[in-house]
Amino acid sequence: MALTKGTAMHFPLENGSDLGRTRKVHTTCFMCACRCGIEVTVEHEQIRFIAGIKDSPVNKGVWCAKGGAGIMTQYSPARLMTPLMRAPGSERGQGELVPVDWETALRTVAGWLQQIRDTDPAQLAYFTGRDQMQAFNGYWARQFGTPNWAAHGGFCSVNMAAGGMYSVGGSFWEFGWPDLDAARWFMLLGVAEDHPSNPLKLAIGRLKDRGGRFVVVNPVRSGYGALADEWVPIRPGTDGALLMAMMHVLEREGLYDREFLARYTNAAGLVTVAPGQPEDGLLWKDANGEVLVATGAQTFTPFRQAGGHGRLEGVYTHAGRTYRPAFAVFQERLTTCTPAWAEAITGIPRRTIVRLALEMGTTALQHPVVVPQPWTDFYGVTHPQTVGRPVAFHAMRGLAAHTNGFQTVRALFDLMMMLGTIDRPGGFRYKSPYPKAAPPPWTPPSHRRDYQPGQPAPGPLLGYPQTPDDLLVDGDTPLRIDEAYSWKYPLAAHGVIQNVIRNAYDRRPYGIDTLMIYMSNLAWNSSWNTLETRAMLQAKDDDGNYVIPHVVVFDAYDSETVAFADIVFPDTTYLERWDAASLQDRPISEPDGPADSIRQPVVAPPPGVRPAADTLIELANRLQLPGFVENGQRRYQTYADFLQGWETSPGSGVGLLAGFRGPQGTDQYVGAPNPQQLQAYANNQAFWYDEIPSERKYYRMANQAYLDWAQSVRFVPTADPIVLQFYSEPLQTFRLAGQGLWPGKQPTHPALRARLATYFDPLPFWYPPLEEQEATAAEYPLLLITQRPMTHYHSWGSQNAWLRQLLMENPLFINPQAAHALGLTDGQWVWIESRQGRMTAKLRFSDAVEPGTVWTWNAIAKAPGAWGLHPDAPESQQAILVNHIVPDTLTSRDGQVTFNNDPITGQAGWYDTKVRVYPSELHEVWPKVAPQKPRRADMVNLPHLRYTTRKGGGR
Amino acid sequence: MQLTIITDLNKCVGCKSCQVSCKEHNTSGDFGPVPDHDPYREAEGMWWNRVIGMEAGEYPHVGVMYLPKACMHCYDAPCVPVCPTGASYKRDDNGVVLVDYEACIGCQLCMWACPYGVREFDEHEGVVKKCTLCIDRIEDESLPPEDRQPACVQSCPTHARTFGDLEDPDSAVAHLVAERQGFVLLPELGARPAIHYLPRRHAPGWVDAETIERVLGEGS
Repeated sequence: MALTKGTAMHFPLENGSDLGRTRKVHTTCFMCACRCGIEVTVEHEQIRFIAGIKDSPVNKGVWCAKGGAGIMTQYSPARLMTPLMRAPGSERGQGELVPVDWETALRTVAGWLQQIRDTDPAQLAYFTGRDQMQAFNGYWARQFGTPNWAAHGGFCSVNMAAGGMYSVGGSFWEFGWPDLDAARWFMLLGVAEDHPSNPLKLAIGRLKDRGGRFVVVNPVRSGYGALADEWVPIRPGTDGALLMAMMHVLEREGLYDREFLARYTNAAGLVTVAPGQPEDGLLWKDANGEVLVATGAQTFTPFRQAGGHGRLEGVYTHAGRTYRPAFAVFQERLTTCTPAWAEAITGIPRRTIVRLALEMGTTALQHPVVVPQPWTDFYGVTHPQTVGRPVAFHAMRGLAAHTNGFQTVRALFDLMMMLGTIDRPGGFRYKSPYPKAAPPPWTPPSHRRDYQPGQPAPGPLLGYPQTPDDLLVDGDTPLRIDEAYSWKYPLAAHGVIQNVIRNAYDRRPYGIDTLMIYMSNLAWNSSWNTLETRAMLQAKDDDGNYVIPHVVVFDAYDSETVAFADIVFPDTTYLERWDAASLQDRPISEPDGPADSIRQPVVAPPPGVRPAADTLIELANRLQLPGFVENGQRRYQTYADFLQGWETSPGSGVGLLAGFRGPQGTDQYVGAPNPQQLQAYANNQAFWYDEIPSERKYYRMANQAYLDWAQSVRFVPTADPIVLQFYSEPLQTFRLAGQGLWPGKQPTHPALRARLATYFDPLPFWYPPLEEQEATAAEYPLLLITQRPMTHYHSWGSQNAWLRQLLMENPLFINPQAAHALGLTDGQWVWIESRQGRMTAKLRFSDAVEPGTVWTWNAIAKAPGAWGLHPDAPESQQAILVNHIVPDTLTSRDGQVTFNNDPITGQAGWYDTKVRVYPSELHEVWPKVAPQKPRRADMVNLPHLRYTTRKGGGR
Repeated sequence: MQLTIITDLNKCVGCKSCQVSCKEHNTSGDFGPVPDHDPYREAEGMWWNRVIGMEAGEYPHVGVMYLPKACMHCYDAPCVPVCPTGASYKRDDNGVVLVDYEACIGCQLCMWACPYGVREFDEHEGVVKKCTLCIDRIEDESLPPEDRQPACVQSCPTHARTFGDLEDPDSAVAHLVAERQGFVLLPELGARPAIHYLPRRHAPGWVDAETIERVLGEGS
């Protein structure tokens, strides 16, 4: 590295033995969460070039702006170089941290944790962000014995994940994928420039080459939307109404796949019609628990014996009880969901809704794609070929990040079932290890006694409640600090990270001792109502003690949250450690086959820096957590040991990495731990991929050859068919609890009962986001949303010298017609005000946004001095963080503190923010937060960076 | 031979992969470094390839387009004759326009002459720098043949960019230009750029108005 003014960088620049040598190392990118395979060229022990691995199943040789700019993240001056401790006498949040030695840091934190574990393990809340080692972190927390662990999904996209898992046992991104190699018609909803990065770009490129039609539904046209053959602007939070109206048209025109619904979904399942009785809305089952369908006026047959001949329509009576097929119940609901109804809600003309529905319906039903591949279903019927319905969808947060998001995602999956596009050519295709049962039969330990001092929790901490009896409640009181799996947020499959700090501050349901944060920026852009959240982290009780006594942060960079830590453990970069993208976690599988990958150290970390997972293992060893320490022996010294040695249960043969198992490294999926496994991955370009034979590639929920194989490799516990849940019976059990009709756990508070009764509909429906129900909603006529720029989204390295040049300030975009109506002009400073508060922004006119929406870029604004940047950097002086005015709670009308979350999953409704916009007398970014002192004062004033790996630098 | 890059605007999503992979390769390449001023403050760096974003039309009939812009490697490159030292030159064998840093005196006349604004001045070295079509990659025989192409072409996540010889009628680039109505920027200026772009291709809907009206008329 050649830097002017002779500035020294504290990195291993030149290693004598390697001087002059160039080498290539394969690993997995972590500039965002997409896990592309990268080949890193190292010259003179510095990163020369990062390129995509051509054989990688994820990115197939390409790489994005973030991936290439990883070089600058590696050399970011925001790097933390030693453990840090809040300076004696300084206040939390000032960022006055002093270096301490590792032993002091470890001993201090281990001391806090030992005290907690010996008394009440729930006093530890461990929440992580964009980490990709949730299998490890979840295991660590479980062995510690706290219920209070989750990653960031509650603030991210749990509605998409849970909505899919409860519907089809899969979802988008890691779970499944639009098959754009065969689709003729593709609708992208609520995705602008992200999720995922290179794979979606590759797929859109192929669709474009084939001339497929591309329809984008989004309030904003940008990124992928630029290539849309048709942009359908929509009001945020109304996608569910659009989807319902399209289903209305499909149903009325008969453009739906009756055979698919009857054979592979529970749409023919007979729903008990018994209002006011405990059986109401439950599916009628035989003595074996098999759902019954009507195969004649008075003939009722178990689903699996009906051979797909279950009737979708009609009303049936038996023994004095009335039953209706789930589909018939839904048909009745659809009658009022007309395009005219949806037009009033979405702003989309009714003609457009009809046209899109007819396009997708005729494409799916009248223009199938045929793959000459025989396959056999679970009925034993062999199909001579595989027929696909070439209509594909992809969706993400535009649907998910609303307080009506779960039901909207349910609507999307029911639409896909109606079109018959689940795991068929040209439609949605699963990625291994999915499909799972819908939902998978895993539930977290649900009793207070499951979390005892000195004991591990008896099961994994996250899962999928099947009925109210699976909730983590004691009466009405939540067991978890984030209220996941409580009556307020029952299906919180990813936890509810955004609830943690306020609840800990309010000591609701109890106070905690230590908040441990890994790679989540909870004091800034991973929170809402940011200023109050920061104040809660700083709050003290009457005795002058912090309400949250200890905050421990693991991070590689000097984030805003580091300033709020009492102790900081410096993490490595992704180019300095062993790591895995695991089938037990968030794998890199493709529709054609399972895959996983590793990270391996490309360069050595700075001497004072250790991988966060190694630090957590050291803490586990000091605490003698079971599973980590057995009979006084440490099982793992490092995360690399854990990656190779850990099994889902002792002797299961299933571990974090599925490839190169067994003593010879010749086993796949199931095999004894292989102490040379990581080396085998390194020798195989850092990944493993196993293509599924053609006869098992489609209809995997019903393909018996696939199901038998999936059981053999432990993807599923049995080879039973996975029946798609057009009708979600688990939701009805919660509704019954709300109605006082469930025989097991029930809430007592009327507001809790009402939430369950209202929102837990077993069939999808649209309702206005909860923010619309606020008394002041009409005072804030515009919706405020963010879009994620391709160059920055999900990137923990967006402060880097190259990426930041691509976007370092963010105006507020507004439709010119809307602006003129408000008397606002282009470039003007304005106030954006929500019921939470107000902030300034500079307006920029754009015709590529619908008039009811204002928006800006996410992930640009930074606190002054944070992330190694100069306190005057544009990211703090010209960039805005709208999180400040995103309300975190709903106005209480019932004495309850209720977060602005989806009432089903707890997903943060951060796309529901309503604002008004008016001229500002203040012509600068406001609010401001106190500057942090950059840790590298020498670097913030660096006049020139002339990066080169050539010896001597430059020419 | 005239080497070129063809960019399919029907596939460019504006992700700036090409912009960064250019910088990434070239800053440590034969023609680097590609420097950055004030990198951790008001950062303003040198980029040989910049992706331009455009918006056209009125809501809701608005189009958004992205266009990567770098040296056009013109047949009649205006930057070449204005250079007082001959530092700016066009290679006879492959048509690539390059700058000889040893001969460049930093007068920046070429920057004034270039109609496309793609040349940048390195104050530290006193020379003008720009896209070389990754000449140090495409002629590097130590690289595997599939890597002997510009970094921006190799990285492009939608495969919107294609590299090759425009004058070879059998080349992929010649076919794309011929079959997809390839065009150049500002042809009226007469520089005859080698770099071409492919226009958008629309995939229209097919449901006719009568059918829509029928469905609407039935109670929607």
